[in-house]
Amino acid sequence: MKFLVTVKRVTDYEAKIKLKADKSGIVTDGVNMIMNPFDEIGVEEALRQKEKHGGEVVVVSIGTTDSVAQLRSALAMGADRAILVKNDGELDSFGVAKILAKIVAKESPDVVIMGKQAIDDDSNQAAQILAELLGWGQATFANVVTLDARSATVAREADGGLETVKCDLPCIITTDLRLNEPRYASLPGIMKAKKKPLDEIELSSLGVDTALKVKVKAFEEPAAKQAGQKVPDVATLVQKLKTEAKAI
Amino acid sequence: MALHLIVAEHTGGKLVKATLAAVAAAQKVGGDIHALVIGQGVAAVAAELAPYAKTVHTAEHAGVKDRAAQPHAKVIADAAKSLGATHIWAASTGAGKDILPRVAARLDAGMASDISAVVSDNTFKRPMWAGNIIGTVEITTATKVITVRPTEFAPPAAGAAGNVTSMACDPGTSKMQFVSFDAVVSDRPALSDARVIVSGGRGVKGPEGFKTVIEPLADALGAAIGASRAVCDAGWVPNDWQVGQTGKVVAPELYVAVGISGAIQHVAGMKGSKCIVAINKEPEAPIFQVADYGLVADLFKAAPELTAAIKAAK
Repeated sequence: MKFLVTVKRVTDYEAKIKLKADKSGIVTDGVNMIMNPFDEIGVEEALRQKEKHGGEVVVVSIGTTDSVAQLRSALAMGADRAILVKNDGELDSFGVAKILAKIVAKESPDVVIMGKQAIDDDSNQAAQILAELLGWGQATFANVVTLDARSATVAREADGGLETVKCDLPCIITTDLRLNEPRYASLPGIMKAKKKPLDEIELSSLGVDTALKVKVKAFEEPAAKQAGQKVPDVATLVQKLKTEAKAI
Repeated sequence: MALHLIVAEHTGGKLVKATLAAVAAAQKVGGDIHALVIGQGVAAVAAELAPYAKTVHTAEHAGVKDRAAQPHAKVIADAAKSLGATHIWAASTGAGKDILPRVAARLDAGMASDISAVVSDNTFKRPMWAGNIIGTVEITTATKVITVRPTEFAPPAAGAAGNVTSMACDPGTSKMQFVSFDAVVSDRPALSDARVIVSGGRGVKGPEGFKTVIEPLADALGAAIGASRAVCDAGWVPNDWQVGQTGKVVAPELYVAVGISGAIQHVAGMKGSKCIVAINKEPEAPIFQVADYGLVADLFKAAPELTAAIKAAK
C-alpha cells in the first residue's frame, strides 16, 4: 500500500508570534521552525499502517529548500522518500490542493494523509479541496484508521462524539490529535535519512494555475486584553465574580 | 445584490444553533438570505430556520439521510448554482469544516475559514496562528464560501417566517459513506459549548489532582473540564480535554485556569473567554497577564475553598 503524506514547515507552537513593524507578516527571525504537528501525526500513522500492510511512505512538501529540514525529519522517522515542490510565492489552500493533485497523479498513492490543519494559517481546507478535485472520499479529523485492500474505515472526531465513515480507496485522511503519538527519530534513523532520496521539483514544471482565490490583505495583532486584577483571597474572588463579572 | 445560502446543520431533528451565527454574519453583508436544509424528514428544522431566511430550501434524498462530506458538498454546490448564490455560509463546526471546502472546490471558489468579522462583501477577518494574529482576507472569486466562528457572532433576532420550499436533490455517486455515530455520554457539558470551563495544568501534579481538585470545582460550577497540552501529553487526562492551539479553541463565559502557567499555545485557545480566573502559586506566571482575576495561592488550598464557597452560594 502506498502512502503520500504532506509535511508543512511551520512556526513552533511554543514560539511567541509577533507582527513585523510594517505589519507585512510575522517575525520569523529567531523563531524555531518545525514540522506541522498534525503532519507529524500523519507521518506516524503512515508508518504504522506500512508496518501492518507493507508498502511505501512518500512525504511531500511545498516551499523553499528550507523545507528540506522538515522532509528529512519525516525521513528520519522512517518515511522512504521525499518530494519537495519548490516554490517561494504565496499560495492559498486551493493552490496547494491543485499542486498536490498533480503529485497524486504522478505517484498514485492508495491513501493520502494530511494534517487536519497547519498551525500557521489554520485554514483547514487543502485536504478537503484535494479530495473533491480528485473525486475521492475523505475522512477528516481521524481518530482511528483501519485499512483493508479496498477501503478505509475511519473513526473521526465529530462534535459530540466519534463518527465512523468508510471510504473507497484511494482516499484522503486528515489527522486529529488523538490518532497517535508520533515517534522520535532514532540516531540511526537520522543517519539513514541523509541518504534517502529527496526529489526537488520546480513548481513551474507542474503547469498549475495557482492564482490566489484568497488574498491576505493585512495582518494585525488582536486587541490586547485589559490588564486584570489580583485578588487577595478566595472570598474576594467569589464576591467579585458575583457582583463585578456576574459570572457565577 | 448578494444572495446568501446558509447551510443548515442539524442533529436529532433539531437545528444546531451555531447555524444562526452564519445567518448573523450574512446579515452584516446584506442581501437576500436563503437557507438550505439537507437530509430526510427535515421539515421541523426548516420551520426552525424560517424566521431567519427569506426562503428555506429543503433537499431531501435517501442518499443524504446521514451526513457525509462528498454527497453533501455536491447537493450544496448544486443548490448554490441553481439559486445563483454569491455567498455560501456555514458555521465552522466539525461538519462545516469537513464539508465547506469541498463546496468551494466544486464551485471553483475561494474560501475564508472560521471568520471572526465581516469587513465587506468580499473581505473578512479571521484568526491565524491560533488567534495570535488576525488576518484580513479578500476572496477574489465571484462566488464566496465562508465558515463562521460561532462564538464571534450573536444569533440574530427572529423575523417574519420565510417560505419553505423543496428543491431537487441529487447526491451523485459517492466514494464514501456514513457508518455510525457514537455520542460521548457525559454528565458534563462539552468543552466546545460549555458556559463555564475549569482547566488544570501541571500545577495539579497528576491525575489524582484532577480527581480531587479539578473535578469537584467543575461539578460545583456545572463546568466542562479542560487541560493544558503538558498534562495531556503526560497522559494525566484524555487528549480531547486539551485547550489550546493544537487542541480546542474555547470562549466560555467563565474560564478558570488552575495550576496553568499560561504557555502561549494554551492562551491561544482560551483568551477569547469572557471572564478568566487564574489560580497559580507563581506570581510571575504569564497566565496572570490574561486573567481578569488572578489569585496567587496554593491551588490545593484555594481550589477546594473556591469549590466550597460556590456550593455555599447556591
